[in-house]
Amino acid sequence: ALQVVVPQELTSHHLSAPPTVTSEQIEHLHRRFKQLSRDQLTIRKENFDSIPDLEFNPIRGKIVHAFFDKRNLRQESEGLADEINFEDFLTIMSYFRPIEMNMDEEQLDRFRKEKLKFLFHMYDSDHDGKITLQEYRNVVEELLSGNPHLEKESARSIADGAMMEAASICVGQMGPDQVYEGITFEDFLKMWQGIDIETKMHVRFLTMETIAHCY
Amino acid sequence: GAAGSGGAMQPPAASPDPAAPAGTELLRWQWREVQGPCLVAAWILVASLAKIVFHLSRKVTSIVPESCLLILLGLGLGGIVLAVAKKAEYQLEPNMFFLFLLPPIVLDSGYFMPSRLFFDNIGAILTYAVVGTLWNSFTTGTALWGLHQAGLMADPGVEAGLMDFLLFGSLISAVDPVAVLAVFEEVHVNETLFIIVFGESLLNDAVTVVLYKVFNSFVELGPAHIRVTDYVKGVASFFLVSLGGTAVGLLFAFLLALITRFTKRVRIIEPLFVFLLAYVAYLAAEMVSLSSILAVTFCGICCKKYVEANISQKSRTTVKYTMKTLASSSETIIFMFLGISAVDTSKWAWDTALVLGTLFFILLFRAVGVVLQTCVLNRFRLIPLDRIDQVVMSYGGLRGAVAFALVILLDRAKVKAKDYFVATTIVVVFFTVIVQGLTIKPLVKWLKVKRSDHHKPTLNEELHEHAFDHILAAVEDIVGHHGYHYWRDKWEQFDKKYLSQLLMRKSAYRLRDEIWDVYYKLNIRDAISFVDQGGHVLSAAKLALPSMPSRTSMSESSVTNLLRESGSGACLDLQVIDTVRSRRDREDAAMHHVLRGSLYKPRRRYKASYSRHFISPDKQERQDKEIFRQNMKRRLETFKSTKHNVCSSKSKARLKEKGRKKASLPWPS
Repeated sequence: ALQVVVPQELTSHHLSAPPTVTSEQIEHLHRRFKQLSRDQLTIRKENFDSIPDLEFNPIRGKIVHAFFDKRNLRQESEGLADEINFEDFLTIMSYFRPIEMNMDEEQLDRFRKEKLKFLFHMYDSDHDGKITLQEYRNVVEELLSGNPHLEKESARSIADGAMMEAASICVGQMGPDQVYEGITFEDFLKMWQGIDIETKMHVRFLTMETIAHCY
Repeated sequence: GAAGSGGAMQPPAASPDPAAPAGTELLRWQWREVQGPCLVAAWILVASLAKIVFHLSRKVTSIVPESCLLILLGLGLGGIVLAVAKKAEYQLEPNMFFLFLLPPIVLDSGYFMPSRLFFDNIGAILTYAVVGTLWNSFTTGTALWGLHQAGLMADPGVEAGLMDFLLFGSLISAVDPVAVLAVFEEVHVNETLFIIVFGESLLNDAVTVVLYKVFNSFVELGPAHIRVTDYVKGVASFFLVSLGGTAVGLLFAFLLALITRFTKRVRIIEPLFVFLLAYVAYLAAEMVSLSSILAVTFCGICCKKYVEANISQKSRTTVKYTMKTLASSSETIIFMFLGISAVDTSKWAWDTALVLGTLFFILLFRAVGVVLQTCVLNRFRLIPLDRIDQVVMSYGGLRGAVAFALVILLDRAKVKAKDYFVATTIVVVFFTVIVQGLTIKPLVKWLKVKRSDHHKPTLNEELHEHAFDHILAAVEDIVGHHGYHYWRDKWEQFDKKYLSQLLMRKSAYRLRDEIWDVYYKLNIRDAISFVDQGGHVLSAAKLALPSMPSRTSMSESSVTNLLRESGSGACLDLQVIDTVRSRRDREDAAMHHVLRGSLYKPRRRYKASYSRHFISPDKQERQDKEIFRQNMKRRLETFKSTKHNVCSSKSKARLKEKGRKKASLPWPS
């Protein structure tokens, strides 16, 4: 028997949407969790190193980071947790749940904001509520690190150009004295207006077998 | 033409000796020699002129899709020809259609298919194409046979058994790519919907081809002689035809990509390779009776990435425009000839029950099929297809010239009811193209279907798309689930490591990156718009500000010298911008270092037509340089609105690692 306390976020009281993580899926995730944690109760950052395919992912650092980010874990504090238990694991997974067909406008909006908040936290590494130029550059550099022929300089220029674009979208024409400090969450929302993230950002749990390629 | 002038032509009666040469002729009537090409050219000309005429009236073209107008024109012209020549001279010949008119359209669709969207929705597309077409054919054929058995087909001439009806069902139930494209192009539904309907129309060719052939052979054998092995062969041939066609397409895509890698010295004929190889793919598939439409579609989809990387910019433009022209002309001719061919009543036989029954059944069974399949599909899809999408999909299942060509190809000796089928097909095609074509736009508006918003992806959007793919792939890895993103990621890696290296030119391969492309295009665009806005703003003198302290020894003197030397008004190199410096402020000092470095370093790699300063950048100030790099650019966009301003003093704190943007770059207004 599986003793799992389903985190409140995944039950229908907290979510405005009915739970879309079924008990089968929870079991599957639990199995996976046990695999990753080597049967311990918690996972640390090092456990993620054992996933072979993750190595090639250029932004693995940020993703792993995101799992331990206290803001994502809905804890009131800031900073990084050292280890997460299964409940936290499920909490992070809940950001990737699929859209429900019977969601109304308000639920959809909250849904979308949640996902975007997750992304925002990923980019905003110093937790100050703004994505500054340097942070953005980091992201772009990491993204493009997979391509060996693009130098850091180019990545920087791209990041700068993107930042400029973001500034022009979010603030429009800036007066000569204005300073664009960084992308705040509201600006971030504006940037993503054109992309329907609710439908794109989700991981399907179609098959339930745990793929044992961890060790 | 040169009508025979009296002196040159000898009427036979006047010549006593017919063998004696009549003397040299000044002009001769050479109609027979040029008849073929002349007629072809004449028809194309008529169709094209008609298009011009149609577009003279915006009101008409906004309501009536072009395909309708062309069909009606064809009807008119056919009527005229009939009246004049007392017989229908011109027809849509199946051979000409399949060999010359259809390939350009399919190639055009395949080449410009948004492949990401296509493969994202491939599950739905395949389902509708295969399962949907099978469902449609069988149900329509059986229902019609039921009607026949019930004795409702009054005309005794309709001699057809179950096999004949199934054969007819198979050719009438396939959604036609030409018609769908013609109508949906003007309607602008959202991309997902479009790609599903359109992808279905392309991929159902395999099913149609197989069913048509199988039922044709069954009809020839006669229902009594069909054995179980024939059924099995039928099923096997489906897989063979579809997979074989795809394989042929992929093979030729590979060849094409490989060939374009080496065409550096023969740029002029680069476009030719694209068309030739795609056409050869079509013919090769036809030759072995595989699905030629699938071959060309996949050839187009798969070769595009590599070909576009390899060929020159001019060739790219040429390919694009030639493809569009060919496809557009083919489409025009097809619709016009559909109209013309309808007039030939000698090939017709009318049976009301058959016609009405067919119309009713194809609409009904398509709707039912779509609903059923969508129910199943929605459980697996990322984005569910809602009711409105289903309505548009059912309604958008247009039939067109392919059905017509197939029905003409039937052998009257074997299929006795051919004439009835021909008439029915004509009516069905006309109905779908005209009635459904006319009404789909208002329907889409009324249902408030989500429309497409075509905008070029911004740099941020590209970046985030990229990031997304990686994030989702990572989450899938963490969860241990080999999902869509996992496989996609794997494919990208494989492509990067092996395929791209093999098929792309070295120079193109190095910088192959979507983010890069967008960035590069934006740069070019900004540079161009900058010049347009008056690059002469950059002439050195104006940039001096009255309150500026004296300039100390810096390289900007060399910059200004350079400017004076070059003398040209437009200088696209943005770091030539001379800026304010104030000795007090560190950021001012940093400003001039922008002049040293390159603003858009990446530009160096491309054969840009602007110059660069070859002043080596100082590594220390790189940080600040970058800060101002962006400022520069921003200012470019707003320079008209900024006022004369001195650089306000900012605290040094601003210059910290975080690299926030600075205000105030003074510009002369």
